[in-house]
Amino acid sequence: MESLNVYASRLVTKREYFARGHRACQGCAEALAVRLVAKTLGSNVVVASATGCMEIISSPYPFTNWNVPWIHVAFENAAAVATGAESAMKALVRKGKLPDKGTVFLGMGGDGGTSDIGLQALSGAFERGHRFIYVCYDNEAYMNTGVQRSSATPFGASTTTSPAGRAKAGQVTWKKNMPEIAVAHAIPYVATACSSYPFDLMRKVEKAARADGPAYIHILSVCPTGWGLPSEKAIWIGRLAVETGVFPLYEVEKGRYKITVETPELRPVEEYLKPQGRFRHLTAELIEQIQKRVNQEHDKLLAKAAIV
Amino acid sequence: MGKRVGIENSIAAADAVRMANVDLVAAYPITPQTHIVEHLAELVADGELDAEFVPVESEHSAMSVCCGSSAMGARTFTCTSSQGLALMNEIVFIAASLRLPIVMILANRSLSGPLSIWNDHTDVMSVRDCGWIQVFADNGQELFDHVLFAYRVAEDPKVSLPVMINIDGFIVTHVIEAVEYWEEEQVRKYLPEFKPVNRLHPDKPITMGAFGMPGIFSEAKKSQDQALLDSKPHIVKAWDEMAKVVGRGYSSVETYKMEGAETAFLTMGSFSETASIAIDRLREQGKPVGQIKLRLWRPFPFDEIREAVKGVKSLIVIDRAISYGGPGGPVSSEIRSALYGEKNMPSVAGFLCGFAGRDVTADDFVKMHGKTEDLVKAAKPVRQEDYIFYGVRE
Ligand SMILES: Cc1ncc(C[n+]2csc(CCOP(=O)(O)OP(=O)(O)O)c2C)c(N)n1
Ligand code: SF4
Ligand SMILES: [Mg+2]
Repeated sequence: MESLNVYASRLVTKREYFARGHRACQGCAEALAVRLVAKTLGSNVVVASATGCMEIISSPYPFTNWNVPWIHVAFENAAAVATGAESAMKALVRKGKLPDKGTVFLGMGGDGGTSDIGLQALSGAFERGHRFIYVCYDNEAYMNTGVQRSSATPFGASTTTSPAGRAKAGQVTWKKNMPEIAVAHAIPYVATACSSYPFDLMRKVEKAARADGPAYIHILSVCPTGWGLPSEKAIWIGRLAVETGVFPLYEVEKGRYKITVETPELRPVEEYLKPQGRFRHLTAELIEQIQKRVNQEHDKLLAKAAIV
Repeated sequence: MGKRVGIENSIAAADAVRMANVDLVAAYPITPQTHIVEHLAELVADGELDAEFVPVESEHSAMSVCCGSSAMGARTFTCTSSQGLALMNEIVFIAASLRLPIVMILANRSLSGPLSIWNDHTDVMSVRDCGWIQVFADNGQELFDHVLFAYRVAEDPKVSLPVMINIDGFIVTHVIEAVEYWEEEQVRKYLPEFKPVNRLHPDKPITMGAFGMPGIFSEAKKSQDQALLDSKPHIVKAWDEMAKVVGRGYSSVETYKMEGAETAFLTMGSFSETASIAIDRLREQGKPVGQIKLRLWRPFPFDEIREAVKGVKSLIVIDRAISYGGPGGPVSSEIRSALYGEKNMPSVAGFLCGFAGRDVTADDFVKMHGKTEDLVKAAKPVRQEDYIFYGVRE
């Protein structure tokens, strides 16, 4: 895979559909993920974005970074807006008002816009079976409003609403397993991805675009600002998230699990936690607790992937 | 002339939506809107309406789906009431700022709590400032006509704004009336194909819903306000055209027996018909009473209201929503401010009544008239905080 990437990069288009000049922080791997998704989908797409960092950094009127049709309505409804657009296109094509160009419909939101406030709209859209892709850019907190905790914030992380204090060690709940919630809707395609693995990510977006029904991609998107990391460490820490098993990369096609980036031996989670400011306060005990949980979850995933 | 049929008004409304040949319906059930939506689902299931029926999981998503659909350039419909409107509130405002020509029927119902399924205007008044064109229909025929009217106005490239048709829940939605259906030919003549000003399409990428920094926000709002104000002549024209096509026209402000009227009721929605019965009786008693019906709530018809009250000494404004701790009802409050500073401004008595389905009969209107006469006789100024909660047990 690694050696393949040397050639693979030459096959990737140089065209950008999410153009440069946006206002994201330096080293923002969420913006990188957005760029990779946009690159993969090309021009024949309609995008509905939730409120959040990616919307704010890319659409300060009268500027836009979007070279494809793009709409933002509100925070919690990207899935509803995207599927409204998809349904409208279906009707317009059927009634002969627009030609069928096989346009892809993409809904996108942050972890807050997806796993908290937008979960209902997303679940409804999955259940209705629209042909659309939903991408969650998971930077593990409400970054746009100043690093508040979400249900996707990992255990132990200090955020502005789950601050590490003398009595509490930051977030005290375990990260909500959003990909599993998507899988429970029995949709044709679910995958996790990370912008530190661009080709894996792009391949998954391609697959999602071909799925005959709803597709969900959950992208771990490193946020140096919110995670307390130097900006040049974003890609590196994303790789560590995968190599430690904290964020395994896999896909679920029609219910079948497949690990797409193998990690035969997991590195200790400490390597992932230590460099990040948001975990600075963690004691050896807490790290041990996290390690246990990561192993447990990883084993569960491996068991699922072993079922053919 | 179209066929006159005896039919439940909700079914007729859904048939009007079918005749408008909408492309997408997204709705979530809530009493008393349900019959409209159910009938639309049936029409789609029977292949009589070629549209996507999106059975969303909430009203918030209903309006969001409508935004996505309308932004694609599809003719889009939704329908709700009360709590449903409250839940979609956020997106109702955004739909107007995105200038999306969505049409919504609001089957007016009381806002909780206490929970009630019955009719008043507390729901619509909660979105008074949402930026939609807002009209009131009084009966089944008016509802049918206004569905076609709404699409014509909303989609007019010079307007491009969403339109809300208010209709009293149960009182109108659930009764059987004689409704004259339009002929297909009349619809074709009246309602052109939807040609969106802008649409989301890969052939011509546009960005919709960009965020507004303080440097442009006020300008965006001013242009939105201007768009709503400027829609007025197009609204009037659409009513006048309707008169030509089907022989029924409407106006922003309509009057009844206003010749020589010194006292006038100002009503909205289905109460107008009941009030007119009271007016007939009062006129028989020789009282110079007339009626002003407010059909267009937004954009507010200032000139027409000022014209209509000329010669009136005492105005009785019926409000069916409460502005808690404020001026009583939103309608009387707005009427007062519209008339403020006019020469010979009439005194305005504000009555709050008919909440959550409480019957207000012709007798009641006669009594309200009597109370107003007493107030006028007492010769004390009627102030806006002196509104009367009519027909409430003490
Ligand atoms: C209904 C509503 N509630 C709250 C907000 C404020 N808000 C805007 S963006 C945001 C956080 C976004 O977090 P996330 O979805 O994780 O995206 P990120 O900015 O982290 O990429 C919040 C809370 C809002 N815009 N709308
Ligand atoms: S706060 Fe984080 S997610 Fe938001 S733009 Fe900055 S780096 Fe990216
Ligand atoms: Mg986030």
